[in-house]
Amino acid sequence: MNPSDLQAKLIEAARKEPLQDQVPYAFEKRIMACLASLSPLNSWALWGRPLWRAALSCVAITLLCGIWSLASAPKGDNSDSFAQAFERAVFASSDQHLEDIW
Amino acid sequence: MEPTDAELIAAVIQGDTASFEPLIRKYQPRVFATARRYARRESEVEDIVQEVFIKAFQKLRGFRGEAPFEHWLMRLAVRTCYDFLRAHQRNRETSFTELSQPETDWLEQFVAEPSRADEHAEAARQLIGRILGRLSPSARLVITLLEIEERPVKEIAEITGWSVPLVKVRAFRARAEMRKILARITKEKYM
Repeated sequence: MNPSDLQAKLIEAARKEPLQDQVPYAFEKRIMACLASLSPLNSWALWGRPLWRAALSCVAITLLCGIWSLASAPKGDNSDSFAQAFERAVFASSDQHLEDIW
Repeated sequence: MEPTDAELIAAVIQGDTASFEPLIRKYQPRVFATARRYARRESEVEDIVQEVFIKAFQKLRGFRGEAPFEHWLMRLAVRTCYDFLRAHQRNRETSFTELSQPETDWLEQFVAEPSRADEHAEAARQLIGRILGRLSPSARLVITLLEIEERPVKEIAEITGWSVPLVKVRAFRARAEMRKILARITKEKYM
């Protein structure tokens, strides 16, 4: 027996098989129910992922900026000297005036 | 007057989900018939059809209306069936279990007198179903589309997304794969 002949015969049998297109009762309702449950979920899923990415990158940038500002800040506390320098600058002219009077 | 496919699709895209229901009702028999060619259990068939329509709903914005909606949907259906076959590749029959009595009788009749073996016989259909179940996903897809549904190679290339030469190569391999299975059955039984 030649397998090619058997193959041709079986394919012929498959071709002659009538289409089985029967549909279970109210199947479209089942799909519509699925779609109804999927729709809001999808819109959240659509927005959720980019929003999470944006939030994570914002946190990362904030942390980097914080670390950078801490690292670049001067080591010693020179707030006092700045205040003294400011005071000197403000009262410089009045000091000069007082010296002239004396 | 019933709305046309284009009107229904436009309404769905505008946000009217309910307009998708008439489209399902209209095309589900064809999608069921396609799915039954690739899946045996009815629960699997229903899952495939459901997935096809959900995908169609989600991708509806991508439908440009250049071809009829039915063609677009059937392409989606065949691709979903192929994905199903690939996902269930491990579950396919790897060895031929004992042939049923009607299958054996049909084969014996074919061996004795090939021209008298009836192609309409239920046993022949069962046998081809089991042989298709043993083929690799691509072989099963190409045999179904090319040999059983008798679609042209160009159309198969469009449906599957494969190139025309690839369809031809896969068809050649699929026929060889099928002959190998048949040779094994007949060797076990009649030699």
